[in-house]
Amino acid sequence: MHAFRNILRTEARLYLRDLPTLLTTIGLPTLILVVLGLIPSLRKPDPTFDGQTFVSYFAPSLLVVTLAMVGVNTLPSVLATYRERGVLRRLATTPAHPAALLAAQLVLALAGILASALLLIVVARLAFGVPFPRHPLGFTLAFILGTAALLSLGLLVAAVARTTKAAQALAVPLFLVTMFFGGVYLPRFLLPDVVARIGDYTPPGVQALLDAWTGTSPQPLHLAIMAVIAVSAGAGAAKLFRWE
Amino acid sequence: MPVIEVTHLKKRYGDLVAVDDVSLAVEAGEIFGVLGPNGAGKTTTVECVAGLRVPDGGGVSVLGLDPRRDAAQLRQRVGVQLQESQLPDRLRVAEALELYASFYRNPADPAELIDKLGLGDKRNTAYKKLSGGQKQRLSIALALVGNPEIAILDELTTGLDPQARRDTWGLIEQVRDSGVTIVLVTHFMEEAERLCDRVAVIDRGRVVALDSPAGLVSTVAPEQRIRFRPSAPVDDRLLTDLPEVSAVQRTGSQVVVTGTGELLHAVTSVLARHQIVAADLRLEQSTLDDAFVELTGHRPAN
Ligand SMILES: Nc1ncnc2c1ncn2[C@@H]1O[C@H](COP(=O)(O)OP(=O)(O)O)[C@@H](O)[C@H]1O
Ligand SMILES: [Mg+2]
Repeated sequence: MHAFRNILRTEARLYLRDLPTLLTTIGLPTLILVVLGLIPSLRKPDPTFDGQTFVSYFAPSLLVVTLAMVGVNTLPSVLATYRERGVLRRLATTPAHPAALLAAQLVLALAGILASALLLIVVARLAFGVPFPRHPLGFTLAFILGTAALLSLGLLVAAVARTTKAAQALAVPLFLVTMFFGGVYLPRFLLPDVVARIGDYTPPGVQALLDAWTGTSPQPLHLAIMAVIAVSAGAGAAKLFRWE
Repeated sequence: MPVIEVTHLKKRYGDLVAVDDVSLAVEAGEIFGVLGPNGAGKTTTVECVAGLRVPDGGGVSVLGLDPRRDAAQLRQRVGVQLQESQLPDRLRVAEALELYASFYRNPADPAELIDKLGLGDKRNTAYKKLSGGQKQRLSIALALVGNPEIAILDELTTGLDPQARRDTWGLIEQVRDSGVTIVLVTHFMEEAERLCDRVAVIDRGRVVALDSPAGLVSTVAPEQRIRFRPSAPVDDRLLTDLPEVSAVQRTGSQVVVTGTGELLHAVTSVLARHQIVAADLRLEQSTLDDAFVELTGHRPAN
Protein backbone atom coordinates (compact mmCIF):
# COMPACT_ATOMS: atom_id res chain seq x y z
CA MET A 1 0.00 0.00 0.00
CA HIS A 2 2.85 2.25 1.03
CA ALA A 3 4.76 1.45 -2.18
CA PHE A 4 1.62 1.93 -4.24
CA ARG A 5 1.06 5.41 -2.81
CA ASN A 6 4.61 6.47 -3.59
CA ILE A 7 4.50 5.00 -7.07
CA LEU A 8 1.19 6.73 -7.73
CA ARG A 9 2.61 10.05 -6.60
CA THR A 10 5.66 9.65 -8.84
CA GLU A 11 3.62 8.50 -11.84
CA ALA A 12 1.23 11.42 -11.34
CA ARG A 13 4.18 13.80 -11.49
CA LEU A 14 5.35 12.22 -14.73
CA TYR A 15 1.80 12.44 -16.09
CA LEU A 16 1.55 16.15 -15.26
CA ARG A 17 4.99 16.74 -16.73
CA ASP A 18 3.85 15.52 -20.15
CA LEU A 19 1.81 18.62 -20.89
CA PRO A 20 0.85 18.00 -24.53
CA THR A 21 -0.62 14.58 -23.74
CA LEU A 22 -2.30 15.92 -20.63
CA LEU A 23 -3.94 18.81 -22.47
CA THR A 24 -5.08 16.61 -25.34
CA THR A 25 -6.48 13.98 -23.01
CA ILE A 26 -8.43 16.37 -20.90
CA GLY A 27 -9.15 19.24 -23.27
CA LEU A 28 -9.66 17.82 -26.77
CA PRO A 29 -13.35 16.80 -26.46
CA THR A 30 -14.23 20.17 -24.94
CA LEU A 31 -12.28 21.94 -27.67
CA ILE A 32 -14.26 20.11 -30.36
CA LEU A 33 -17.47 20.92 -28.49
CA VAL A 34 -16.61 24.61 -28.42
CA VAL A 35 -15.72 24.69 -32.12
CA LEU A 36 -19.01 23.00 -33.04
CA GLY A 37 -20.92 25.15 -30.57
CA LEU A 38 -19.71 28.27 -32.31
CA ILE A 39 -21.71 27.32 -35.40
CA PRO A 40 -25.16 28.85 -34.79
CA SER A 41 -27.19 26.26 -36.70
CA LEU A 42 -25.81 23.49 -34.50
CA ARG A 43 -27.22 25.24 -31.45
CA LYS A 44 -30.82 25.25 -32.81
CA PRO A 45 -33.26 22.56 -31.73
CA ASP A 46 -33.74 20.16 -34.60
CA PRO A 47 -36.45 17.53 -35.14
CA THR A 48 -33.76 15.12 -36.43
CA PHE A 49 -32.58 14.90 -32.80
CA ASP A 50 -36.00 14.74 -31.12
CA GLY A 51 -35.99 18.48 -30.76
CA GLN A 52 -32.52 18.70 -29.17
CA THR A 53 -29.66 20.69 -30.58
CA PHE A 54 -26.93 18.91 -32.54
CA VAL A 55 -24.49 19.90 -29.79
CA SER A 56 -26.56 18.04 -27.17
CA TYR A 57 -26.94 15.06 -29.45
CA PHE A 58 -23.22 14.94 -30.21
CA ALA A 59 -21.86 15.50 -26.67
CA PRO A 60 -21.91 11.78 -25.67
CA SER A 61 -19.83 10.96 -28.74
CA LEU A 62 -17.28 13.47 -27.53
CA LEU A 63 -17.04 11.51 -24.28
CA VAL A 64 -15.97 8.60 -26.45
CA VAL A 65 -12.93 10.58 -27.64
CA THR A 66 -11.23 10.65 -24.24
CA LEU A 67 -12.33 7.17 -23.32
CA ALA A 68 -10.87 5.79 -26.52
CA MET A 69 -7.67 7.84 -26.31
CA VAL A 70 -6.92 6.90 -22.72
CA GLY A 71 -8.36 3.41 -22.60
CA VAL A 72 -7.20 1.75 -25.76
CA ASN A 73 -4.34 4.04 -26.72
CA THR A 74 -2.41 5.72 -23.90
CA LEU A 75 -2.83 3.03 -21.24
CA PRO A 76 -1.63 0.07 -23.32
CA SER A 77 1.26 1.96 -24.88
CA VAL A 78 2.50 3.24 -21.52
CA LEU A 79 2.33 -0.24 -20.03
CA ALA A 80 3.95 -1.87 -23.05
CA THR A 81 6.73 0.72 -22.97
CA TYR A 82 7.32 0.12 -19.27
CA ARG A 83 7.55 -3.58 -19.93
CA GLU A 84 9.75 -3.23 -23.00
CA ARG A 85 12.17 -0.91 -21.21
CA GLY A 86 12.42 -3.24 -18.23
CA VAL A 87 10.77 -0.81 -15.79
CA LEU A 88 8.34 -3.48 -14.61
CA ARG A 89 11.14 -5.99 -14.26
CA ARG A 90 13.34 -3.69 -12.29
CA LEU A 91 10.44 -3.11 -9.93
CA ALA A 92 10.07 -6.87 -9.58
CA THR A 93 13.58 -6.98 -8.05
CA THR A 94 12.51 -4.61 -5.24
CA PRO A 95 10.06 -5.16 -2.40
CA ALA A 96 7.43 -3.33 -4.50
CA HIS A 97 5.37 -5.39 -6.94
CA PRO A 98 5.07 -4.21 -10.55
CA ALA A 99 1.30 -4.57 -10.14
CA ALA A 100 1.48 -1.39 -8.06
CA LEU A 101 2.71 0.46 -11.13
CA LEU A 102 -0.10 -1.01 -13.24
CA ALA A 103 -2.63 0.05 -10.60
CA ALA A 104 -1.16 3.55 -10.50
CA GLN A 105 -1.51 3.81 -14.28
CA LEU A 106 -5.15 2.73 -14.02
CA VAL A 107 -5.84 5.36 -11.38
CA LEU A 108 -4.27 8.04 -13.56
CA ALA A 109 -6.24 6.87 -16.60
CA LEU A 110 -9.45 7.12 -14.57
CA ALA A 111 -8.51 10.54 -13.24
CA GLY A 112 -7.85 11.79 -16.77
CA ILE A 113 -11.13 10.37 -18.06
CA LEU A 114 -13.08 11.83 -15.17
CA ALA A 115 -11.49 15.27 -15.49
CA SER A 116 -12.15 15.30 -19.21
CA ALA A 117 -15.80 14.23 -18.79
CA LEU A 118 -16.49 16.77 -16.07
CA LEU A 119 -14.95 19.56 -18.13
CA LEU A 120 -17.04 18.56 -21.13
CA ILE A 121 -20.30 18.33 -19.19
CA VAL A 122 -19.77 21.62 -17.39
CA VAL A 123 -18.70 23.57 -20.49
CA ALA A 124 -21.58 22.07 -22.48
CA ARG A 125 -23.98 23.21 -19.77
CA LEU A 126 -22.56 26.68 -19.22
CA ALA A 127 -21.68 27.63 -22.77
CA PHE A 128 -24.29 25.84 -24.85
CA GLY A 129 -27.14 25.13 -22.48
CA VAL A 130 -26.79 21.37 -22.77
CA PRO A 131 -28.58 20.14 -19.62
CA PHE A 132 -26.72 18.11 -17.04
CA PRO A 133 -27.43 14.41 -17.48
CA ARG A 134 -31.14 14.02 -16.75
CA HIS A 135 -30.81 10.53 -15.40
CA PRO A 136 -27.72 10.93 -13.18
CA LEU A 137 -27.72 7.42 -11.79
CA GLY A 138 -28.14 5.80 -15.18
CA PHE A 139 -25.54 8.13 -16.65
CA THR A 140 -23.04 7.34 -13.93
CA LEU A 141 -23.63 3.64 -14.38
CA ALA A 142 -23.31 3.82 -18.17
CA PHE A 143 -20.16 5.91 -17.83
CA ILE A 144 -18.56 3.58 -15.29
CA LEU A 145 -19.35 0.45 -17.29
CA GLY A 146 -18.29 1.99 -20.59
CA THR A 147 -15.03 3.16 -19.03
CA ALA A 148 -14.43 -0.22 -17.45
CA ALA A 149 -15.02 -1.97 -20.77
CA LEU A 150 -12.52 0.24 -22.62
CA LEU A 151 -9.87 0.13 -19.89
CA SER A 152 -10.16 -3.67 -19.79
CA LEU A 153 -9.71 -3.80 -23.55
CA GLY A 154 -6.69 -1.54 -23.14
CA LEU A 155 -5.24 -3.87 -20.52
CA LEU A 156 -5.89 -6.83 -22.79
CA VAL A 157 -3.92 -5.08 -25.55
CA ALA A 158 -1.11 -4.38 -23.08
CA ALA A 159 -1.23 -8.03 -22.01
CA VAL A 160 -0.94 -9.63 -25.44
CA ALA A 161 1.43 -7.11 -27.04
CA ARG A 162 5.05 -7.89 -26.26
CA THR A 163 6.47 -4.61 -27.48
CA THR A 164 5.42 -0.99 -27.73
CA LYS A 165 5.20 -1.35 -31.50
CA ALA A 166 2.94 -4.38 -31.22
CA ALA A 167 0.76 -2.57 -28.70
CA GLN A 168 0.34 0.33 -31.10
CA ALA A 169 -0.38 -2.01 -33.99
CA LEU A 170 -3.30 -3.41 -31.98
CA ALA A 171 -4.36 -0.17 -30.32
CA VAL A 172 -4.66 2.01 -33.39
CA PRO A 173 -7.32 -0.08 -35.21
CA LEU A 174 -9.16 -0.61 -31.95
CA PHE A 175 -9.09 3.14 -31.37
CA LEU A 176 -10.39 3.88 -34.87
CA VAL A 177 -13.19 1.34 -34.54
CA THR A 178 -14.18 2.70 -31.13
CA MET A 179 -14.28 6.24 -32.47
CA PHE A 180 -16.17 5.22 -35.61
CA PHE A 181 -18.91 3.23 -33.86
CA GLY A 182 -19.02 5.87 -31.14
CA GLY A 183 -20.14 8.33 -33.82
CA VAL A 184 -17.14 10.60 -33.50
CA TYR A 185 -16.05 10.61 -37.14
CA LEU A 186 -19.57 10.71 -38.55
CA PRO A 187 -22.45 11.68 -36.25
CA ARG A 188 -24.53 8.59 -35.69
CA PHE A 189 -27.65 9.86 -37.47
CA LEU A 190 -25.61 9.88 -40.66
CA LEU A 191 -24.45 6.31 -40.18
CA PRO A 192 -26.43 3.45 -41.72
CA ASP A 193 -28.89 2.16 -39.17
CA VAL A 194 -27.17 -1.20 -38.78
CA VAL A 195 -23.84 0.51 -38.04
CA ALA A 196 -25.47 2.75 -35.44
CA ARG A 197 -27.09 -0.31 -33.81
CA ILE A 198 -23.72 -2.08 -33.68
CA GLY A 199 -22.38 1.06 -32.02
CA ASP A 200 -24.94 0.63 -29.23
CA TYR A 201 -23.03 -2.46 -28.17
CA THR A 202 -19.41 -1.48 -28.81
CA PRO A 203 -17.62 0.06 -25.84
CA PRO A 204 -18.16 2.50 -24.32
CA GLY A 205 -21.86 2.17 -25.36
CA VAL A 206 -22.63 5.61 -26.65
CA GLN A 207 -26.42 5.03 -26.90
CA ALA A 208 -26.68 4.31 -23.17
CA LEU A 209 -24.77 7.53 -22.47
CA LEU A 210 -27.04 9.48 -24.80
CA ASP A 211 -30.20 7.98 -23.29
CA ALA A 212 -29.18 8.79 -19.75
CA TRP A 213 -27.96 12.26 -20.66
CA THR A 214 -31.16 13.23 -22.39
CA GLY A 215 -33.57 11.71 -19.94
CA THR A 216 -34.53 8.07 -20.20
CA SER A 217 -32.84 5.36 -18.20
CA PRO A 218 -30.30 3.40 -20.24
CA GLN A 219 -31.39 0.02 -21.57
CA PRO A 220 -30.31 -2.83 -19.29
CA LEU A 221 -29.07 -4.85 -22.26
CA HIS A 222 -26.71 -2.04 -23.29
CA LEU A 223 -25.30 -1.88 -19.78
CA ALA A 224 -25.10 -5.65 -19.39
CA ILE A 225 -23.05 -5.96 -22.59
CA MET A 226 -20.56 -3.38 -21.30
CA ALA A 227 -20.26 -5.28 -18.03
CA VAL A 228 -19.66 -8.54 -19.89
CA ILE A 229 -16.96 -6.95 -22.05
CA ALA A 230 -15.31 -5.37 -19.00
CA VAL A 231 -15.24 -8.60 -17.05
CA SER A 232 -14.15 -10.90 -19.86
CA ALA A 233 -11.47 -8.57 -21.26
CA GLY A 234 -10.29 -7.88 -17.73
CA ALA A 235 -10.07 -11.57 -16.92
CA GLY A 236 -8.24 -12.24 -20.19
CA ALA A 237 -5.79 -9.45 -19.41
CA ALA A 238 -5.18 -10.75 -15.89
CA LYS A 239 -4.50 -14.23 -17.26
CA LEU A 240 -2.25 -13.14 -20.11
CA PHE A 241 -0.42 -10.19 -18.60
CA ARG A 242 3.37 -10.55 -18.61
CA TRP A 243 5.64 -8.48 -16.46
CA GLU A 244 8.61 -8.89 -18.79
CA MET B 1 29.59 -20.04 5.02
CA PRO B 2 28.71 -19.08 1.44
CA VAL B 3 26.01 -16.41 0.99
CA ILE B 4 24.97 -17.80 -2.38
CA GLU B 5 24.95 -21.47 -3.27
CA VAL B 6 23.97 -22.75 -6.67
CA THR B 7 23.95 -26.50 -7.23
CA HIS B 8 23.43 -28.19 -10.58
CA LEU B 9 21.24 -25.37 -11.84
CA LYS B 10 19.35 -26.11 -15.04
CA LYS B 11 17.14 -23.80 -17.07
CA ARG B 12 15.60 -24.16 -20.54
CA TYR B 13 13.62 -21.83 -22.73
CA GLY B 14 11.55 -24.24 -24.81
CA ASP B 15 14.05 -26.47 -26.57
CA LEU B 16 16.99 -24.22 -25.86
CA VAL B 17 19.07 -25.20 -22.85
CA ALA B 18 20.28 -21.86 -21.49
CA VAL B 19 21.82 -23.25 -18.31
CA ASP B 20 22.85 -26.87 -18.41
CA ASP B 21 24.68 -27.53 -15.16
CA VAL B 22 25.96 -24.65 -13.06
CA SER B 23 27.26 -25.03 -9.52
CA LEU B 24 29.01 -22.27 -7.62
CA ALA B 25 29.28 -20.74 -4.19
CA VAL B 26 29.83 -17.08 -3.39
CA GLU B 27 31.49 -16.17 -0.09
CA ALA B 28 30.48 -13.22 2.05
CA GLY B 29 32.33 -10.00 1.22
CA GLU B 30 33.89 -11.05 -2.05
CA ILE B 31 33.46 -9.77 -5.56
CA PHE B 32 32.51 -12.83 -7.52
CA GLY B 33 32.75 -12.63 -11.29
CA VAL B 34 30.58 -14.55 -13.73
CA LEU B 35 32.40 -14.60 -17.06
CA GLY B 36 31.57 -16.13 -20.37
CA PRO B 37 30.83 -15.43 -24.03
CA ASN B 38 27.49 -13.98 -25.13
CA GLY B 39 24.65 -16.44 -24.74
CA ALA B 40 26.59 -18.60 -22.28
CA GLY B 41 23.82 -18.42 -19.71
CA LYS B 42 25.27 -15.82 -17.32
CA THR B 43 22.18 -13.64 -17.13
CA THR B 44 19.88 -16.63 -16.78
CA THR B 45 22.02 -17.94 -13.92
CA VAL B 46 22.01 -14.71 -11.93
CA GLU B 47 18.32 -14.15 -12.62
CA CYS B 48 17.61 -17.53 -11.07
CA VAL B 49 19.67 -16.41 -8.08
CA ALA B 50 17.69 -13.16 -7.95
CA GLY B 51 14.43 -15.13 -7.98
CA LEU B 52 13.33 -13.62 -11.30
CA ARG B 53 13.33 -16.95 -13.08
CA VAL B 54 12.26 -20.38 -11.92
CA PRO B 55 14.96 -23.03 -12.45
CA ASP B 56 14.00 -26.28 -14.17
CA GLY B 57 16.35 -28.19 -11.95
CA GLY B 58 19.00 -27.89 -9.27
CA GLY B 59 19.05 -25.75 -6.17
CA VAL B 60 19.62 -22.11 -5.37
CA SER B 61 20.08 -20.77 -1.86
CA VAL B 62 20.69 -17.10 -1.08
CA LEU B 63 21.50 -16.02 2.50
CA GLY B 64 20.19 -19.43 3.48
CA LEU B 65 16.82 -18.67 1.88
CA ASP B 66 14.96 -19.87 -1.19
CA PRO B 67 14.74 -17.14 -3.87
CA ARG B 68 11.18 -18.11 -4.81
CA ARG B 69 9.66 -19.09 -1.49
CA ASP B 70 11.33 -16.34 0.54
CA ALA B 71 11.16 -13.76 -2.22
CA ALA B 72 9.72 -11.03 0.01
CA GLN B 73 12.59 -11.30 2.49
CA LEU B 74 15.28 -11.53 -0.15
CA ARG B 75 14.05 -8.48 -2.05
CA GLN B 76 14.82 -6.46 1.07
CA ARG B 77 18.33 -7.91 1.30
CA VAL B 78 19.50 -8.37 -2.30
CA GLY B 79 19.96 -5.49 -4.77
CA VAL B 80 19.82 -6.29 -8.46
CA GLN B 81 20.97 -4.34 -11.47
CA LEU B 82 19.49 -5.97 -14.54
CA GLN B 83 21.05 -5.99 -17.95
CA GLU B 84 19.16 -3.56 -20.23
CA SER B 85 16.73 -2.12 -17.75
CA GLN B 86 15.72 1.51 -18.16
CA LEU B 87 13.56 4.08 -16.40
CA PRO B 88 10.78 6.38 -17.60
CA ASP B 89 12.21 9.23 -19.70
CA ARG B 90 10.86 12.04 -17.56
CA LEU B 91 11.78 10.59 -14.19
CA ARG B 92 14.51 12.63 -12.47
CA VAL B 93 17.53 11.17 -10.73
CA ALA B 94 16.54 12.19 -7.19
CA GLU B 95 12.91 11.16 -7.73
CA ALA B 96 13.96 7.71 -8.87
CA LEU B 97 16.20 7.16 -5.87
CA GLU B 98 13.71 8.54 -3.37
CA LEU B 99 10.96 6.36 -4.80
CA TYR B 100 13.07 3.21 -4.72
CA ALA B 101 14.40 4.04 -1.25
CA SER B 102 10.80 4.17 -0.01
CA PHE B 103 10.32 0.48 -0.85
CA TYR B 104 12.89 -0.68 1.71
CA ARG B 105 12.73 -1.01 5.46
CA ASN B 106 16.24 0.26 6.00
CA PRO B 107 17.28 2.27 2.95
CA ALA B 108 20.43 4.27 2.28
CA ASP B 109 20.11 8.04 2.24
CA PRO B 110 19.30 8.85 -1.40
CA ALA B 111 21.03 12.25 -1.30
CA GLU B 112 24.22 10.69 0.05
CA LEU B 113 24.11 7.92 -2.52
CA ILE B 114 23.66 10.45 -5.32
CA ASP B 115 26.80 12.28 -4.21
CA LYS B 116 28.75 9.08 -3.73
CA LEU B 117 27.92 8.03 -7.28
CA GLY B 118 28.96 11.40 -8.69
CA LEU B 119 25.45 12.36 -9.76
CA GLY B 120 25.29 15.37 -7.43
CA ASP B 121 24.87 17.93 -10.19
CA LYS B 122 22.36 15.71 -12.01
CA ARG B 123 19.86 15.18 -9.22
CA ASN B 124 17.15 17.13 -11.05
CA THR B 125 17.98 15.85 -14.50
CA ALA B 126 15.48 13.68 -16.34
CA TYR B 127 16.58 10.11 -17.11
CA LYS B 128 16.35 10.79 -20.85
CA LYS B 129 18.97 13.55 -20.58
CA LEU B 130 21.59 11.45 -18.78
CA SER B 131 24.66 10.10 -20.58
CA GLY B 132 25.21 6.35 -20.81
CA GLY B 133 27.62 6.41 -17.88
CA GLN B 134 25.26 8.45 -15.73
CA LYS B 135 22.35 6.12 -16.49
CA GLN B 136 24.54 3.20 -15.51
CA ARG B 137 25.55 4.87 -12.25
CA LEU B 138 21.92 5.60 -11.47
CA SER B 139 21.15 1.98 -12.14
CA ILE B 140 23.87 0.92 -9.70
CA ALA B 141 22.54 3.41 -7.16
CA LEU B 142 19.07 1.87 -7.45
CA ALA B 143 20.54 -1.57 -6.81
CA LEU B 144 22.26 -0.22 -3.69
CA VAL B 145 19.59 2.09 -2.30
CA GLY B 146 18.07 -0.67 -0.16
CA ASN B 147 21.37 -1.18 1.70
CA PRO B 148 21.60 -4.75 0.40
CA GLU B 149 23.85 -7.47 1.77
CA ILE B 150 24.33 -8.79 -1.76
CA ALA B 151 24.40 -6.79 -5.00
CA ILE B 152 23.98 -8.58 -8.31
CA LEU B 153 25.24 -6.46 -11.18
CA ASP B 154 24.70 -7.70 -14.73
CA GLU B 155 26.88 -6.19 -17.46
CA LEU B 156 27.70 -3.22 -15.36
CA THR B 157 29.99 -1.38 -17.74
CA THR B 158 28.84 -2.56 -21.16
CA GLY B 159 28.43 0.45 -23.41
CA LEU B 160 30.54 2.76 -21.25
CA ASP B 161 33.63 4.58 -22.47
CA PRO B 162 36.95 3.52 -20.89
CA GLN B 163 37.05 6.43 -18.42
CA ALA B 164 33.49 5.84 -17.22
CA ARG B 165 34.29 2.17 -16.91
CA ARG B 166 37.30 2.86 -14.70
CA ASP B 167 35.25 5.22 -12.54
CA THR B 168 32.63 2.53 -12.12
CA TRP B 169 35.26 0.02 -11.05
CA GLY B 170 36.45 2.36 -8.31
CA LEU B 171 32.89 2.64 -7.16
CA ILE B 172 32.38 -1.10 -7.02
CA GLU B 173 35.50 -1.48 -4.90
CA GLN B 174 34.13 1.09 -2.48
CA VAL B 175 30.87 -0.81 -2.26
CA ARG B 176 32.68 -4.03 -1.54
CA ASP B 177 34.79 -2.29 1.10
CA SER B 178 31.56 -1.29 2.83
CA GLY B 179 30.85 -5.01 3.29
CA VAL B 180 28.50 -5.81 0.42
CA THR B 181 29.00 -9.10 -1.40
CA ILE B 182 29.01 -8.48 -5.13
CA VAL B 183 28.16 -10.79 -8.01
CA LEU B 184 29.43 -9.22 -11.18
CA VAL B 185 28.45 -10.52 -14.60
CA THR B 186 30.83 -9.37 -17.28
CA HIS B 187 32.48 -10.25 -20.52
CA PHE B 188 35.34 -7.80 -20.04
CA MET B 189 38.42 -9.68 -18.90
CA GLU B 190 40.18 -6.54 -17.76
CA GLU B 191 37.24 -5.78 -15.50
CA ALA B 192 37.25 -9.25 -14.00
CA GLU B 193 41.02 -9.20 -13.51
CA ARG B 194 40.89 -5.84 -11.79
CA LEU B 195 37.84 -6.37 -9.57
CA CYS B 196 37.07 -9.99 -8.90
CA ASP B 197 38.37 -12.08 -6.03
CA ARG B 198 37.13 -15.18 -7.81
CA VAL B 199 35.51 -15.87 -11.15
CA ALA B 200 33.39 -18.62 -12.63
CA VAL B 201 33.78 -19.00 -16.37
CA ILE B 202 30.55 -20.22 -17.93
CA ASP B 203 30.40 -21.61 -21.44
CA ARG B 204 27.32 -23.13 -23.08
CA GLY B 205 25.50 -23.33 -19.77
CA ARG B 206 28.28 -25.02 -17.81
CA VAL B 207 30.97 -23.83 -15.42
CA VAL B 208 34.26 -24.56 -17.17
CA ALA B 209 36.52 -23.00 -14.54
CA LEU B 210 36.24 -21.47 -11.09
CA ASP B 211 39.24 -19.79 -9.46
CA SER B 212 40.86 -16.44 -8.69
CA PRO B 213 41.80 -14.57 -11.87
CA ALA B 214 45.51 -15.15 -11.18
CA GLY B 215 44.86 -18.81 -10.36
CA LEU B 216 42.96 -19.26 -13.59
CA VAL B 217 45.73 -17.76 -15.64
CA SER B 218 48.44 -19.84 -14.01
CA THR B 219 46.58 -23.13 -14.37
CA VAL B 220 44.95 -22.60 -17.73
CA ALA B 221 47.54 -20.49 -19.54
CA PRO B 222 50.72 -20.79 -17.47
CA GLU B 223 53.12 -20.00 -20.30
CA GLN B 224 55.47 -17.04 -19.71
CA ARG B 225 58.03 -15.55 -22.04
CA ILE B 226 61.19 -13.59 -21.25
CA ARG B 227 63.08 -11.57 -23.84
CA PHE B 228 66.48 -9.98 -23.30
CA ARG B 229 69.79 -9.15 -24.95
CA PRO B 230 72.66 -10.76 -23.03
CA SER B 231 75.82 -8.69 -22.38
CA ALA B 232 77.94 -11.76 -23.15
CA PRO B 233 77.29 -14.96 -25.12
CA VAL B 234 75.01 -17.39 -23.27
CA ASP B 235 75.11 -21.13 -23.69
CA ASP B 236 71.55 -22.36 -24.38
CA ARG B 237 72.10 -25.29 -22.03
CA LEU B 238 72.58 -22.92 -19.13
CA LEU B 239 68.92 -22.01 -19.57
CA THR B 240 67.40 -25.25 -20.81
CA ASP B 241 68.80 -27.05 -17.77
CA LEU B 242 66.50 -24.98 -15.57
CA PRO B 243 63.34 -26.91 -14.66
CA GLU B 244 61.21 -23.78 -15.25
CA VAL B 245 62.37 -23.38 -18.86
CA SER B 246 60.63 -25.19 -21.70
CA ALA B 247 62.33 -23.60 -24.74
CA VAL B 248 65.02 -21.15 -25.77
CA GLN B 249 64.99 -19.31 -29.08
CA ARG B 250 67.19 -16.64 -30.56
CA THR B 251 66.22 -13.84 -32.88
CA GLY B 252 69.25 -11.80 -33.82
CA SER B 253 70.96 -10.68 -30.64
CA GLN B 254 67.79 -11.35 -28.61
CA VAL B 255 67.16 -14.44 -26.51
CA VAL B 256 63.58 -15.60 -25.96
CA VAL B 257 63.00 -18.00 -23.09
CA THR B 258 59.61 -19.63 -22.56
CA GLY B 259 58.58 -21.52 -19.47
CA THR B 260 56.40 -21.61 -16.40
CA GLY B 261 56.47 -21.01 -12.64
CA GLU B 262 59.15 -18.70 -11.20
CA LEU B 263 60.68 -18.33 -14.63
CA LEU B 264 61.94 -14.78 -14.22
CA HIS B 265 63.67 -15.50 -10.95
CA ALA B 266 65.30 -18.67 -12.25
CA VAL B 267 66.60 -17.04 -15.41
CA THR B 268 67.91 -13.85 -13.82
CA SER B 269 69.65 -15.85 -11.05
CA VAL B 270 71.48 -18.08 -13.44
CA LEU B 271 72.54 -15.11 -15.56
CA ALA B 272 73.77 -13.25 -12.49
CA ARG B 273 75.78 -16.22 -11.40
CA HIS B 274 77.58 -16.04 -14.75
CA GLN B 275 77.98 -12.28 -14.59
CA ILE B 276 75.78 -11.76 -17.61
CA VAL B 277 73.64 -8.67 -17.70
CA ALA B 278 70.23 -9.01 -19.36
CA ALA B 279 69.59 -5.79 -21.25
CA ASP B 280 66.08 -4.76 -22.48
CA LEU B 281 64.58 -7.50 -20.32
CA ARG B 282 60.86 -8.00 -20.77
CA LEU B 283 58.49 -10.53 -19.20
CA GLU B 284 55.34 -11.48 -21.10
CA GLN B 285 52.70 -13.27 -19.06
CA SER B 286 49.37 -14.65 -20.14
CA THR B 287 46.36 -12.63 -19.19
CA LEU B 288 42.85 -13.63 -18.31
CA ASP B 289 42.11 -13.06 -22.00
CA ASP B 290 44.40 -15.94 -22.92
CA ALA B 291 42.90 -18.13 -20.23
CA PHE B 292 39.43 -17.30 -21.51
CA VAL B 293 40.36 -18.30 -25.04
CA GLU B 294 41.88 -21.53 -23.77
CA LEU B 295 38.72 -22.32 -21.85
CA THR B 296 36.00 -21.33 -24.27
CA GLY B 297 37.65 -21.21 -27.67
CA HIS B 298 36.22 -17.68 -28.07
CA ARG B 299 37.98 -14.35 -28.15
CA PRO B 300 36.38 -12.24 -25.43
CA ALA B 301 34.31 -9.42 -26.92
CA ASN B 302 36.19 -6.17 -26.51
N1 LIG C 1 13.55 -15.13 -22.16
C1 LIG C 1 14.22 -15.94 -23.01
N2 LIG C 1 13.55 -16.71 -23.89
C2 LIG C 1 14.20 -17.52 -24.74
N3 LIG C 1 15.53 -17.64 -24.80
C3 LIG C 1 16.26 -16.91 -23.96
C4 LIG C 1 15.65 -16.01 -23.02
N4 LIG C 1 16.64 -15.40 -22.30
C5 LIG C 1 17.80 -15.90 -22.78
N5 LIG C 1 17.58 -16.79 -23.77
C6 LIG C 1 18.62 -17.57 -24.47
O1 LIG C 1 19.31 -18.33 -23.51
C7 LIG C 1 20.71 -18.34 -23.78
C8 LIG C 1 21.44 -17.80 -22.58
O2 LIG C 1 21.13 -16.42 -22.45
P1 LIG C 1 21.69 -15.50 -21.31
O3 LIG C 1 21.51 -16.15 -20.00
O4 LIG C 1 21.08 -14.16 -21.51
O5 LIG C 1 23.24 -15.47 -21.68
P2 LIG C 1 24.38 -14.40 -21.35
O6 LIG C 1 23.88 -13.50 -20.28
O7 LIG C 1 25.52 -15.24 -20.92
O8 LIG C 1 24.68 -13.69 -22.62
C9 LIG C 1 20.90 -17.54 -25.05
O9 LIG C 1 20.97 -18.43 -26.12
C10 LIG C 1 19.66 -16.69 -25.12
O10 LIG C 1 19.33 -16.41 -26.46
MG1 LIG D 1 23.63 -11.44 -20.27
